[in-house]
Amino acid sequence: MAPSSIGGPGGPVGVRHHIVTVTVENKAGVLARVAGLFSRRGFNIFSLAVAPTDDERFSRITIVVDVESAPLEQIIRQLDKLVNVVAISELAPEEATERELLLATVEAGPDERGQVIQLVGVFEGRIVDVGREAITIMLAGAPNKIDDFENLIRPFGIVELQRTGRVALPKLERRTTRLRTIAGGAGEDGAG
Amino acid sequence: MRLTGAQALIKSLEMQGVEVIFGLPGGAILPVYDPILDSTIRHILVRHEQGAGHMAEGYAHVTGRPGVAMVTSGPGATNIVTPLADAAMDSVPLVVVTGQVATTAIGTDAFQECPITGVTMDITKHNWLVTDARDIPRVVAEAFHVATTGRPGPVLIDVPKDVSNSQMDWYWPSSLDDLDLPGYRPRTEGDPSAIRAAAELILRAERPVIYAGGGILKARAADALREFAERTGVPVVTTLMARGAFPDSHPLCLGMPGMHGNYTAVTAMQHADLLVALGSRFDDRVTGKVSAFAPEAKVIHVDIDPAELGKVRRADVAIAGDCRIVIEEIVEALGTLGLESGGSAGSGTTAADRPDLAPWKAQLSEWQQRFPLTYRQEEGGALKPQLVVEALRDSTPDDTIVVAGVGQHQMWASQYWRFEHPYTWVNSGGAGTMGFAVPAAIGAKVGRPDKMVWAIDGDGCFQMTAQELVTASAERIPVKIAILNNAYLGMVRQWQELFYEERYSEVYLSPDLPDYVKWAEAMGCIGMRVETAEEVAPAIEKANSVDDRPVVIDFRTDAFEKVYPMVPSGASNDDIIVGPSEGEGGR
Repeated sequence: MAPSSIGGPGGPVGVRHHIVTVTVENKAGVLARVAGLFSRRGFNIFSLAVAPTDDERFSRITIVVDVESAPLEQIIRQLDKLVNVVAISELAPEEATERELLLATVEAGPDERGQVIQLVGVFEGRIVDVGREAITIMLAGAPNKIDDFENLIRPFGIVELQRTGRVALPKLERRTTRLRTIAGGAGEDGAG
Repeated sequence: MRLTGAQALIKSLEMQGVEVIFGLPGGAILPVYDPILDSTIRHILVRHEQGAGHMAEGYAHVTGRPGVAMVTSGPGATNIVTPLADAAMDSVPLVVVTGQVATTAIGTDAFQECPITGVTMDITKHNWLVTDARDIPRVVAEAFHVATTGRPGPVLIDVPKDVSNSQMDWYWPSSLDDLDLPGYRPRTEGDPSAIRAAAELILRAERPVIYAGGGILKARAADALREFAERTGVPVVTTLMARGAFPDSHPLCLGMPGMHGNYTAVTAMQHADLLVALGSRFDDRVTGKVSAFAPEAKVIHVDIDPAELGKVRRADVAIAGDCRIVIEEIVEALGTLGLESGGSAGSGTTAADRPDLAPWKAQLSEWQQRFPLTYRQEEGGALKPQLVVEALRDSTPDDTIVVAGVGQHQMWASQYWRFEHPYTWVNSGGAGTMGFAVPAAIGAKVGRPDKMVWAIDGDGCFQMTAQELVTASAERIPVKIAILNNAYLGMVRQWQELFYEERYSEVYLSPDLPDYVKWAEAMGCIGMRVETAEEVAPAIEKANSVDDRPVVIDFRTDAFEKVYPMVPSGASNDDIIVGPSEGEGGR
């Protein structure tokens, strides 16, 4: 993958990906600063999702990063230098509860419709729109489940497909690994 | 008190203690230029916005205070992009104010519109687009705080014209709590356990070297460094950015390492068993091939920017903190381990079991004697540039500020000058910005009018920004410029000679075109030309006697002289080429 490229859904996301949750000030241009940093330093992004938090002053950016493109510690320390970045937490895949949303319009004429609907039922998705020759499906779930579903519906013919990129929270039974601890004595509180 | 945004901006700069702005007005910044007439702040009108940026950098380098530049929107703003990038690379505190088209016109491709916050996002420490005049005092205070704390750097404030023209109620943020910087927390003190680990490593080392970088100067840590070096007896290399941070005359000083560093400084690092990196960042021009750099050395790395730790070279002990504070903490920890002031060790302490550094120092002395910097001035032969640098050094006060551009002349200046004081060396290190010297020298002289300021420049560099000598003449800023005129883009020529089989592609400039003496005179300076070794000293003496206008000396130097030693790009520092006699073209 080219440096700083954004991987497609279902890309080779695995042990080499980590989830970095970045709390940023809700100000104009902040996403560009974060994205620009990844581009400039040659860090790869698998997926990226942005949304406001419960505190309107801040937004949360969930980035799935390729830790083979650069050491995670370096990515986090560079992010921490951005003045608008307020907090960073890092989740290894096994420590995270991850979810992603998929919308897909699938070719499904009268003959195939039943099979598709059955598949949607198995995966606990929802039919959100129905046309004569196609239906639109929504499915939320763990990213690997979304991958499986996508592979199974692909043979029917995908008209359009959109995935949100994953969002994540730490699993409750484990502790969040935060920058303040993983960076040890060297990286506590970033100098700008 | 009701003020316009423009008045509030100037008043905010006054509140920050700004004494000088380097700038050039234009449409979008017009409102802000009006209150300058009523301000105590001196404005220096440059001839090109790049000059404003480099002047502000020169000012910041020598004073430690942030340099301030102000320009208009569009091309005015893009012309100052190079100084911003330069300041970002060399951690120079800079506050640049740009005018912007009115908020209502932003995004319409209006006349002289340029999205400068987007353009400079990656080359500023931070930037702001002000959309409400009420934000101006707070944003100015934030900008100065960000530029000057932590790892210093350039910041930019973009002010749309309608914001400058609108009214606001004046206030001034009285404390840091009034700033809106929830994500900005620079850390200055080192982690105590890491400090102790560093002290223990130092006391176990047999071949230690202190690798001092520009961070020493930014942290105003030169005195702390000296105490640290003297107490431990550890020799010091000073990088290009750290020249002057440790006196060249000091017995522990090994001088500059790196691609054109001296043999002993380069080789000491290669053979070291411990590198104490203080405010240095393992730049490729210092390390050469990273995998072959200082292979046996353990590393203690101190930097205020945590992202520098482990970026290039893994550190055995990494300490994020202000260099001055951390060095003092390490010295204190060394004291606790029994290493007393003056270097003696208390009996029964860890320091008493310390390895003897004498064999290491003997080795260093031997290298220094065997491989000094050398050049040969032939009787009646072409004037050697190194001779000019030595003559300047010998006939100026030892606190003279030396400013260089980028290229061969910069390396000769760094190699042959004898730096005895911090903040006497101003150059473009990381970015390598040709044309830096003339405007940076002007800014340095504005910042330190009490000191003699000499720029050592190349003919290629000089042609890039020489027009700022008009500014210097108009403003009565008596800088002195020594052009080492070898009629070539000399460093590129050197690489083409050594690595491209002497195929010289687009590097010849001509010694006579332009006529530097006439050009200098046309710009209100005194111009002189020197062609032989005998003329050098008298010309410098004459230049030193001028104090009411700039002086330019066109030194016609040997076009074929090369900078040595040299580590070829991408090679190991073990493969240092000491001089031209070593191998065909040095390879």
